[in-house]
Amino acid sequence: MIAFLARRALGILPVLVCVSLFSFGFVRMLPGDPARLLAGPDATLQEVRAVRISLGLNKPLWRQYLTYIRQTLAGKLGTSARTGQPVAKVIGERFMPTFWLTVAAMAWSTVIGVALGVLAGVRRGRWQDQTSMVLAVSGISFPAFWLGLLLIDLFSVRLHWLPTGGEEGWRSFILPSFTLGVAVAAVMARFTRSAFVEVAGEDYVRTARMKGVPERRVIWKHTFRNALIPVITMAGLQFGFLLGGSIVIETVFAWPGLGRLLVDSVNYRDYPVIQAEILLFSLEFVLINLLVDVLYAVVNPEIRLQ
Amino acid sequence: MMSTSPPPDGSQADGSNNGSSGAATLLDVSGLSVSFPAGKQRTTVVRNVDLQVRQGETLAVVGESGSGKSVTALAITRLLDYAGGRLDAGMIAFRLRDGASLDLARAPQERMRQLRGPEIAMVFQEPMTSLNPVLRIGDQIAEAVMLHQGLGAAAAREEARRMLERVRIPDAARQLERYPFQLSGGMRQRVMIAMALSCRPRLLIADEPTTALDVTVQAQVLRLMRALQQEFGMSLLFITHDMGVVAEIADRVVVMRDGQVVEQGDVGTIFARPQQDYTRRLLAAVPVLGSLAGEKLPRPFPENGNEPPPQDTVDAAHKPVLEVDRLVTRFEVRRGLLGRSVGRIHAVEHVSFMVRPGETLGLVGESGCGKSTTGRSIIRLEQPEAGSIRLDGEDVSELAVDSEKRLRRAVQYVFQDPFASLDPRLTIGFSVAEPIRTHDLLPGHAVEARVEALLEQVGLGGGYSRRYPHELSGGQRQRVCIARALASEPRLIIADEAVAALDVSIRSQVVNLLMDLQRRLGVAYLFISHDMAVVERIAHRVAVMYLGQIVEIGPRDAVLGDPQHAYTRRLLAAVPIPDPARRGHERALDDSEVPSPMRRHDDPPEVAPLVRVGPDHYVARHRIGGLF
Repeated sequence: MIAFLARRALGILPVLVCVSLFSFGFVRMLPGDPARLLAGPDATLQEVRAVRISLGLNKPLWRQYLTYIRQTLAGKLGTSARTGQPVAKVIGERFMPTFWLTVAAMAWSTVIGVALGVLAGVRRGRWQDQTSMVLAVSGISFPAFWLGLLLIDLFSVRLHWLPTGGEEGWRSFILPSFTLGVAVAAVMARFTRSAFVEVAGEDYVRTARMKGVPERRVIWKHTFRNALIPVITMAGLQFGFLLGGSIVIETVFAWPGLGRLLVDSVNYRDYPVIQAEILLFSLEFVLINLLVDVLYAVVNPEIRLQ
Repeated sequence: MMSTSPPPDGSQADGSNNGSSGAATLLDVSGLSVSFPAGKQRTTVVRNVDLQVRQGETLAVVGESGSGKSVTALAITRLLDYAGGRLDAGMIAFRLRDGASLDLARAPQERMRQLRGPEIAMVFQEPMTSLNPVLRIGDQIAEAVMLHQGLGAAAAREEARRMLERVRIPDAARQLERYPFQLSGGMRQRVMIAMALSCRPRLLIADEPTTALDVTVQAQVLRLMRALQQEFGMSLLFITHDMGVVAEIADRVVVMRDGQVVEQGDVGTIFARPQQDYTRRLLAAVPVLGSLAGEKLPRPFPENGNEPPPQDTVDAAHKPVLEVDRLVTRFEVRRGLLGRSVGRIHAVEHVSFMVRPGETLGLVGESGCGKSTTGRSIIRLEQPEAGSIRLDGEDVSELAVDSEKRLRRAVQYVFQDPFASLDPRLTIGFSVAEPIRTHDLLPGHAVEARVEALLEQVGLGGGYSRRYPHELSGGQRQRVCIARALASEPRLIIADEAVAALDVSIRSQVVNLLMDLQRRLGVAYLFISHDMAVVERIAHRVAVMYLGQIVEIGPRDAVLGDPQHAYTRRLLAAVPIPDPARRGHERALDDSEVPSPMRRHDDPPEVAPLVRVGPDHYVARHRIGGLF
């Protein structure tokens, strides 16, 4: 197990190099003077020159890359052209709201999605299956901003149970995370169902029934755990996407997260922030994939022991 | 074979010649009909079946694929409900432990669940997929024990260990902690049996339990099941397609076909005096090892009761079509952090043989012995590490473009699985024409006629070329594969378990077809097979492989009739003989497993030239695998 983890961790090293190259190259691949881009649209000539020297843009590319790596590792990601604050601080402030929103949304989608998926898989072809899948298709098709607005209208404006937006206390999490989780739940439900139906036809499930194992146990112990494997992959991918911040949800619920930061940065051509966000999103995916591999190994002994 | 109910001689007629006739009936199936949905309608797959199993006896249900034998078992256990089937009619009377009779056809699922395990247990065909891959062996056995015997976790585990010992699994305590993927097929089937027997069932249903196993492992498992049946005093319902296995294990036999019972009776009567035409044909199609003893030449299977003449097709005057000299194919095994090579699988180790024009060399051995890798290395589906391959005296081991092309044309391959080796989206005609087009053998306008002629040659005349693979049966598809192999006018066809997936009656037809083609076209075969009885019919010479090496090679009659190597003898002893009168000759069987062909780099296998023991007959006299 330890060798497996070490091998996986080693395996992400080349990926990290690619990610850093891409993030490093981002500004340099844009047309125009990178120093001017990084300094921001309103920078004076002196400021541009200061940026050029501080970034070492007059030096060879490989030196620049090494400098970039060193600075990135030290957490020096530059200064936001828009606010003048350090990029690390800007991103750090926005990361946690998005992270917790994502965790809450994943909780919703896993609970709802897996429950609906298993229900549909167990009751395949019956009304429970059809209802679940109609719900799933609706969840995918329903525009998130509209669902968000409907929920605000009902729970905030009419019933006054929950705040309309902002991030203040746990109550403010409920509506945005649910809205965000619905679409993911729908995907998870469909995925869980098909994985479940496939595993339910396996020989070892028949063996379990032939042992006289009660149906509930056949479902959860013998079918569910094996069906989890593809579902984990799916959940990992979704988690990665959500961590990038949802522009729509954060706008509807006035959520101070990465999605809105990205929109603002793009609008303002705040390249240091965009560059840092590229790095962050890529790192998130790499880490999540590692996490998915670990979960695989936990679920599947064949991966763990070989 | 209409839906008339068969004579109930199971309960009356053979009372005189069956020792267990006095025993009470445990299971009494009558008028059983089962259907499955097929589009908007339903297809009846089991029709009005009657059968009885008495206390302590073994009833074998035999039939070819589609005969309804497995569905009958599913109906008895009512796992049928989960497979989408429906019990349309009939009674399944089962005598419970307390003497009361219960109709399983009408019992609610919850009641059935309580019976599965302590009253009725089942062992399935596929040991590789029948165990849950994410749970430990010990937990899977203990689960049943805890459910039905009310034992605690520790006591159940202890019972699981005892059961593993009962099925002769070495080092049982350690095996409890292992996962299914860490065990061989034979060991997994023992685990399945241990699991089935852990609740001391009164009826054990075994559905082709040894079909997926090697013949020596099959012999071990059959012997084990017989011993345990006596030990536990249970009844056994044994489903199989293999008449040899029936003769080994059954007290009484039910023959099924197309969902109906054709004939039933005690095993001696069925084999000695079969009443129905179908039973006679089934028995006639069964290859019997030793039926050509003393004959030098191959002879096709009997057709319509006539024994065909022997075939003398070898052209000894010409030089061999294929000469394989010290062929070596190994696979590196990589493990650990950096994928360091920790050893090698010695799949093919210094293998040498030759095949003459018009000759068939049978290459036999158990799974993992390297026989398929040998075939694949010859046509370079695997890359050999060393050794030379000569085709008509010309070296083709160097991978020059023209020699590879010559090789591909002169040597053709027929694979085991006729379902997987034809592209489902291409017509039969297209598949057969492909080698002709690839090698530019004929001008475009002549291809169609040639394809028709080829299909005609394999007995598929008239319009087959426009059909798609899914419209054909398994036997027909294998004929198509043979026609395709013949299309490039090869000198040698490598048939890799080419008849293994076919029903017995179809199998003998396809073997006869191959022999007929050899007589007419003079093609040579490298016939790779695990089935010794089929090899006896078709082969002029036989090579026996074990752990990547040929341990014995020589004329068929010498190798099978007077085996000189201990492994050959062991292999032959394990082949079931389809004659109940010859049962019980306690053969030299042991429970040992074949060692792994994987070895460390510093521990290479011993190789040495074979030693001549007779005319054209050579045997390994060095130690292979520690056993021989």
